[in-house]
Amino acid sequence: MCVTVRLFARLRDITGASELMRELPEGSTARVLWDTLAREFAELDNYRDAVSTAVNAEYTKMSQVLAEGDEVAFLPPVSGGSTD
Amino acid sequence: MSAPLFSLASEPLKPEDLIQAVGASICTAPLAIGAIASFLGLVRGENLGRRVIRLEYESYEPLAIKAFERIAMEAREHWPKSQLALHHRLGRLQVGEISVAIAVSSAHRAESFAVCRYAIERVKQIAPIWKHEFFEGGHVWIEGAIANPDDDVAREEAYRLACA
Repeated sequence: MCVTVRLFARLRDITGASELMRELPEGSTARVLWDTLAREFAELDNYRDAVSTAVNAEYTKMSQVLAEGDEVAFLPPVSGGSTD
Repeated sequence: MSAPLFSLASEPLKPEDLIQAVGASICTAPLAIGAIASFLGLVRGENLGRRVIRLEYESYEPLAIKAFERIAMEAREHWPKSQLALHHRLGRLQVGEISVAIAVSSAHRAESFAVCRYAIERVKQIAPIWKHEFFEGGHVWIEGAIANPDDDVAREEAYRLACA
């Protein structure tokens, strides 16, 4: 199956892309997708325990099983608001 | 057309839009509103000893709007008759510009002040928004909280600050 990956902020800088397409075995979880990317882009491993996951624009867990066409977003620690 | 309660905007934020939005809200009967409080977050020219030149904000927009809606829903669990509006700026901001604007209407002032504080704390915890700081001599992504809306400890901390 094919999924779309969305990457933001520092994760986008590391991969050099805000959007990637990846082919995964049926039944793969978001964790499998993350591990696939982390093998490709070693620096991502620094975020292994600091990344949040969203599938189709809903927060979820790394254990979520993905489906064909899903949009999976990996989110580094957030920093909205002001600098107060 | 009236301003939305929740938005992400690349144009400068207008606090009066939020005040109008919470004043006209269908969730709170206009005659029941006795107070509106607002909070504006600005780009400060100094951060951790660095002289800040500008910030660039980016967001995962559909999820950020859902996070704002969730924050409003959470706030209403604690302060049932409050109405929240939350606008966040995206893109390139100069020092002194408004990065986030919040307005809250309620029957009495205590709820409006509390929800303003609750909302900004929750934005920092769960809104998928990132700031890239450009300072004299370099630039850095600011990384704060690991976003997890189901983290009850974080939510309780926001509530505690709101009630302080």
